[in-house]
This record gives sequence, structure tokens and C-alpha cells, in this order.
Amino acid sequence: MKADEPDVTGVSDLERGRRAFRRGRATRSVLISLGSTLVFAVVIGFVLLNSPGWAVTRETFFNPEYFVAALPAVFDGLLLNIRVLLMAVGGVAALAVVLAGLRSLRGPVFFPLRFLAAAYTDLFRGMPFLIVLYLIGFGIPALGFTTSIIPVALLGTVALILTYSAYVAEVLRAGIEAVHPSQRLAARSLGLSHYASLRLVVLPQAIRKVTPALMNDFVSMQKDVGLISVLGAVDAVRAAQIQVATTYNFTAYVVAGLMFVALSWPFIRFTDALTARQQAREQIGGLV
Amino acid sequence: MSAPVLEMRGIVKRYGANVVLRGVDLTVDAHEVVVLVGASGSGKSTLLKTANLLERIDDGQILLAGTDISDPRVDADAVRARIGVVFQHYNLFPHLNVLDNVTLALRQVHRVPRSEADARGIVLLERIGLAGHARSYPDRLSGGQQQRVAIVRAIATNPELLLLDEITSALDPQLVGEVLDLVRELKGAGSTILMATHEIGFARQVADRVVFLHQGLVGEQGTAEQVLDRPHQLATRSSSPASCAERRGRRGGCRQRAAPIANLTLWAGFRPLGNNCAMPRR
Repeated sequence: MKADEPDVTGVSDLERGRRAFRRGRATRSVLISLGSTLVFAVVIGFVLLNSPGWAVTRETFFNPEYFVAALPAVFDGLLLNIRVLLMAVGGVAALAVVLAGLRSLRGPVFFPLRFLAAAYTDLFRGMPFLIVLYLIGFGIPALGFTTSIIPVALLGTVALILTYSAYVAEVLRAGIEAVHPSQRLAARSLGLSHYASLRLVVLPQAIRKVTPALMNDFVSMQKDVGLISVLGAVDAVRAAQIQVATTYNFTAYVVAGLMFVALSWPFIRFTDALTARQQAREQIGGLV
Repeated sequence: MSAPVLEMRGIVKRYGANVVLRGVDLTVDAHEVVVLVGASGSGKSTLLKTANLLERIDDGQILLAGTDISDPRVDADAVRARIGVVFQHYNLFPHLNVLDNVTLALRQVHRVPRSEADARGIVLLERIGLAGHARSYPDRLSGGQQQRVAIVRAIATNPELLLLDEITSALDPQLVGEVLDLVRELKGAGSTILMATHEIGFARQVADRVVFLHQGLVGEQGTAEQVLDRPHQLATRSSSPASCAERRGRRGGCRQRAAPIANLTLWAGFRPLGNNCAMPRR
């Protein structure tokens, strides 16, 4: 018997029976899931190992020697990805909040601002990120503001901010609109200004409502950082590409892929835990 | 004589073609408790919202302590900071704990330092017996507790005027009692209150003046006795509170005096049986 099992002394036979039944059910579902996972793994393994080209595939994609050899270069590249990502996240957060704030302004005075914000989000949500990358990456240097070379990582960061702030602004706006108007009413009647009630009352609740969607955008952004390699920045993807080009072995791509997964996984788990904690703190739950 | 705390002159409010207020005149003097009664849709809530500049009036004038606050050049945020509001559905901020709810305006509007604001918040929460819940989040409290926190949030900044908008309509009779006790305490402390309510029994107890709104106009006003027990105007009579005597026959514990004129069908716009008379823990 586990230590945290509730004390059953003084519990009616009826409740004891229900607990025994629930325990039985729990054991059964664990066994079923174990069994089905095992069967699934065996089937996949069997299909893979018996495919006609498995030996060649294993050699070109999962070669341990190349795997180890690719690690340092790809990891160095990944550090650039992380740097770009961190800068871009800051920029996206700031710009997206401003855009969402502008779109939630009321009154005819603010029409130009609302219109501009709407036009911006429409434009950058519609344009493929790769195109934005090319336009920024080759267009900005062509303007010739400086004679020195602008680092491609910086241009890539700007492109990321431009595209993702449009997405994130729309997510935030949905969150702002999902906060009940009575909350704004209560905030304003305390004497808080429009800006203060947005900052102190509406936005904190809005962000909670859209945290999963925001994390979705964040993870997606993490991967799109890899696209800055098209500008020539030596990030993880580019480093892997170089490796592949010299060895004719694709293992380096697998290395890069796994690294991106490893990068996003902690964030995903972290947000899930955070959301669960907030819900437990602020909301009364039941069985369902 | 000093100016009344709130003076509303000829207030008109339209929502499209629907004219909700048709020229309401209302005065609330210092330390006075004025109770607005009237059927649903008579304009009680709208009137309170216009007093707090949460709704823009279509005509008329509103004076707060002698200053015209319906002038568009007036800083509406500053005006709202001088008026406390409690809503029917509490409207506490779910992302802030009880103490932060109470101290938010102190800290952010009145720029009181955090430690000072917290100290004052705790004192207020102690007074309503909820200091132990200071770090709890609003969803953990009962409706009555939440509404008391909302009241304390509204008075934390010492507003000149308190607007209570049907603050007990969402509560069951037992919780109504604990909220009304708090309002009675505020009256005892000399607060100036304008409240809309369906609690006729409570209106009788605390109202210095009862104002009966009917179809967007002040139908009648005076002491609770004048308006509720001996209404002169037909409109007041036809929708005056149902006789508690009638109800006493059906359910026990109703200690209200009987209103002489009863018309249950027209009274139907008010809250159904129950809260009008129920005054637990008196």
C-alpha cells in the first residue's frame, strides 16, 4: 500500500467498495496502455527493419559516427538560433502588445491608428515568412544606409519580429476581447485610466486566456528561426547543411532536428505546468 | 449651506430610439442614503452609470460637490476616483488576490505606497472578518464574501459618494443579510450612498429618502414611509411592493409591515418572492 493512500479506517463498506473498484479500473487502464504501446512499437520497428532500404537509410540518417561528428558545429549554430530567438521574442512581445493595444482603442479620434495596426497585421500575416526574410535580408542592405555590412542574423531577427508580432497581436486581441467588459467597467470606476486598466486588469487576464495559443506561436517561431539560414547566417540548419554537403550523409539534419525539439520541449512543459498552477489557484474545479 | 454631494438635473439618456431616462432630477446630500426603487427597466442602473460617467448623458447636468462633471473638459478618471461603485455581480479581479483587489486603486490611482496600502487593506478586511482571506483569490470566496470585498474595495479610497447597483440581487437570502449589515455599518459611519435595490425591506431601514423611478422619471420621492407605504401617485401605487402581510401567510419569518396597496401582477417586475422581505440577522 502506498504512503499517500487515504486512510480507510472508519470508512463505510460502500465507499470501500467504490475505492476498490476505482483502483481496479486504474490498474486495468495502465496495463492496457502499456500493452498497446508495446505492440505499436513492435509493429513500427518490424516495418522499418524489414523495409528494403533500411540498411542504407540507417547508414545515411542515423550513423553514430557522423552524429557525434556533427554535434559541435550544429550546437554552435544552435547558439545563434537561441540568440536570435531571445532578441526576437522581446521585440515581438513589445510590438504585439502595442499593436493589440492600438486595435482595442475606441473612438473616432483613433481611427488612423486602428487602421494602421489592422493593415499591418493583415499584411504580415498574409505574407509568407520566407518572402519577408528575402525582402528584409536583401532589401534593407540595398537601401545603403550604412557602408558597413549589416549582420544577417540581425536582419533575420527583424524579419522574425515583423512577421510574428502580427500573429501574436491578433492572439492578444482575441484575449483582450475575451475579458468580460464588466472587468473594464470595474477598473475604470476605480478611477484607473484606459491605459492603466488595460495594463493592470485586462491584459493580465487576456494573456492567461491565450497562453496556449501564445506558446504555440513561440514554438513555431523557434523553428522558423532556422529559416534565417537562407540569408547565409550559420545557424544550426546551415551548420548541418555544411556537414551534409561535405560528407554526403544526412545524419547532421537529424542532429539539428533533435536539437530543435530539445530546445522547445522544456518551454512546452513549463507553460503547461504554469497554466495548470494558475488554474488551480484562481478557479474552482470539480471532477470534470 | 454647502452644495449637495451629488446633484443631477434633468438627466436624459437614450439608447437609440429607447429613451431610458426622460429628465431625472435627483439630489443626494452629505451623509444621506438615497434608495432608488422601481421596476426592472425603469432606469435605476442607467442613472447610477451616468452619475459615475460610465455612460454619457444626452441632456441635463451632473454636479459632484458643486462641480459640473458632465462638462467634457472634466477629467473623467479623476471624477471616478472620487466615487465608489459596487456592482451586482461583484466584478472583482480574478487575477488579483483579495488584498490586491482592495488596494489596487489606492496604489495605482492615489499613489499610496504598497506597504501603506496593504496596511489599510488589512484593516478594512479585518472589519469585514476576511483578513484571513487576504491572500486568497476571489473565486475561493462565497458570493456574500466576494460582495463584501467589492464593497471594501469601493470604500478603500474614501470616496465622497458610494453607488450601489443592486448589490444583493445575485445572492441568496442568507448572504444578502451579511452584505446589508455592512451597508448599514457604512451608513452608521456617515457615508453618502446612492443605491438601487429591490430589497424593499432594507430600503425601509436605511433609506433617508426613497426615490421611485417610473419609466425614466422620478415618480415620487420622500421617506420610505411616504413612498412605500402611502404612495400618492398612481404609478407608485400600481407597482408598490407587494404586501408582506400577504406573504406572511405563505412563508414565515417575514417581519415587514404590510404595505396597504398591493398589486402582485404589476409588482412582477421586481424580484420574486423572497428577498424583498427576507432580512436575516437583523
